[in-house]
Amino acid sequence: MYSASDLKKGLKIEIDGAPWIITEFEFCKPGKGTALYRCRMKNMITGIGMEKTYRPTDKIDTPDIEEREMYYSYFDGHHYVFSDPNTYEEMQVSAETLGDQAYFLIEESLCNFVLYKGEPIEITLPTFIEKEIVETEPGVRGDTATNVTKPAKIDNGFEIQVPLFINQGDIVKIDTRTGKYAERVNKA
Amino acid sequence: MIVANLKKRSVMLRALREFFYSRGFFEAESPMRIPAPAPEEYIESVSAEGGFLRTSPELALKRLLAAGGERFFELGKAFRSGEHGRKHREEFTILEYYAAHWDYRRLAAFTAELFAAAAQAVCGTERVTFRGREIDFGKVEYITVDEAYRKYAGVSAFAADARGDFDELMVTKVEPELGKNGIAFLIDYPANRASLSRLSAADPRVAERWEVYVSGIELGNAFGELVDAAEQKRRFAAAYRFRAEQGMKPYPEPEAFYAALEQGIPESSGCAVGVDRLAMILCDADDIGLVRWE
Repeated sequence: MYSASDLKKGLKIEIDGAPWIITEFEFCKPGKGTALYRCRMKNMITGIGMEKTYRPTDKIDTPDIEEREMYYSYFDGHHYVFSDPNTYEEMQVSAETLGDQAYFLIEESLCNFVLYKGEPIEITLPTFIEKEIVETEPGVRGDTATNVTKPAKIDNGFEIQVPLFINQGDIVKIDTRTGKYAERVNKA
Repeated sequence: MIVANLKKRSVMLRALREFFYSRGFFEAESPMRIPAPAPEEYIESVSAEGGFLRTSPELALKRLLAAGGERFFELGKAFRSGEHGRKHREEFTILEYYAAHWDYRRLAAFTAELFAAAAQAVCGTERVTFRGREIDFGKVEYITVDEAYRKYAGVSAFAADARGDFDELMVTKVEPELGKNGIAFLIDYPANRASLSRLSAADPRVAERWEVYVSGIELGNAFGELVDAAEQKRRFAAAYRFRAEQGMKPYPEPEAFYAALEQGIPESSGCAVGVDRLAMILCDADDIGLVRWE
């Protein structure tokens, strides 16, 4: 159990069986009245925001949250399978849970898992990955007045916008948090 | 530490002092370490070998009223244990002033002029920008606590007090609406939130107490002072009981203050202002740490 004085931004708590993370915290003390802890929080599963005000004597449940590093193993046709580097325990993650991040998985790369009651609710990939551009039109010199980027695809079909000087075969760095081009690593 | 803000703060402190000197108030310096803080339910003092650091100079300054001080102010540090946040520090700067024979409404008008003088000195204008909004220190409004609760919280202040969510509603619903574009006085608190103020003769359900707000931030608290010795002792007794129940620090009783009450304090009003918070408004800072020496 947390007591109200433990509350702070970034703290993960449990309310009615759901995990919430505190996004904003303010100590309040209305004149001559009791101290109050005003919190804004986000449901870690649904993403819904909420405001709640606590008194100094309030107690708050601690959530069954665990953080683990898992490396990406393989795709079994239905799920993306990750392994614990210490126990070799496997965990299956659905395409739905990963979303676009599935395009940025590289075998053996270590990812940070936040698990609530054993289920992954947040997966953080390495920030950047390097991928070869397998398909893109040659950039037309002097065309920068109307276009500064053009579409390009990586091997799994994911499309990103790249600068005009990028050619097929170039290796580029992609920011896995945004899915956007970061820089060129190698020319073809 | 932001030197530019410390310099603005210095301009503000000078303007505050000059305003008081020009209105016939003299400056007093009462002790930092005192034997007996005023017992309050939700304010805890910092212990200091042999005594306590003052949470406010109130009890000392009321003795000065009894001694014929008439009109005076104190500008210095006060200490409140466990208070830390965007608008709170355990050690903070308090400006407290008293005027014999002034009623609490006259003190409100005076306070508005004080703030306007500080704004003029620091910002060169009474129209100050704070967090993207214009605050006109020349625009003053008054609203009773009950009116404010009914308007912004949908419940009477007395009902909120009775059912136990007066403080929550103050913080979440009422305060954010006060002083959006100027100075707002929240006036006439329910009687059991009188603190050290006297009950209103016209309406004993309320006390002669106001708090002053700018942009939802409480800058000060004032009383038509309670000078009835028996009533003050009765209220302190209830506070000592509450503190004991909550396991708060035991305090000796403030004998010197009791003596002043028995001697007779003239009918007066007094106010305490959070100087750091006034500096926040005038420096357009959203955190108290930005406008003080830390």
